[in-house]
Amino acid sequence: MPIAQPDLEAILREGFPDAEIKVDDLAGDGDHYRAKIVSPAFKGLPRVRQHQLVYAALKGRMGGELHALALETSAPA
Amino acid sequence: MTETATANPLHDWIANAVQEHPVVLFMKGVPEQPQCGFSAQVVQILDHLGTDFVGVNVLQNDQLREGVKTFSDWPTIPQLYVKGEFVGGCDIVREMFQAGELKTFLEEQGVLAA
Repeated sequence: MPIAQPDLEAILREGFPDAEIKVDDLAGDGDHYRAKIVSPAFKGLPRVRQHQLVYAALKGRMGGELHALALETSAPA
Repeated sequence: MTETATANPLHDWIANAVQEHPVVLFMKGVPEQPQCGFSAQVVQILDHLGTDFVGVNVLQNDQLREGVKTFSDWPTIPQLYVKGEFVGGCDIVREMFQAGELKTFLEEQGVLAA
């Protein structure tokens, strides 16, 4: 079950209120996204932990409703 | 994440597998024939670097597929383990590879000849 891009953005913004977030719908099917998230919450964390925080914010949708979400996470320079 | 005794027998099996083999890739399909583009990318990277690895096909068993996800607290496949530690999924492995970090990391772990 795909997720509409505005909904995905809203969910991510809720999880990372102070982040810079950019979402692209890669295939135009609402099921393959790329999200670039720059948040102070990622500071000092290894990539695995950064992505785990994103998956936690998605509350179980990843791997279910959401098939593919390429992640690029970083802390502000 | 790395408990050796858990309530879940599949977690025990996974913990054992990633201890027993230095490089393990949980993937969809087998290394010779991946059944998902993300799994295929990681196989390609590992092959390119020349690392020996064991591929575990999670499609052979639904419980294994779910067990792998709960074991690592990671919702997607593929998942790469080196020396018992979870390294990441497709995005992280690709980022590390492109930055040249993956090669260094594997060499430091002693699973790739420097």
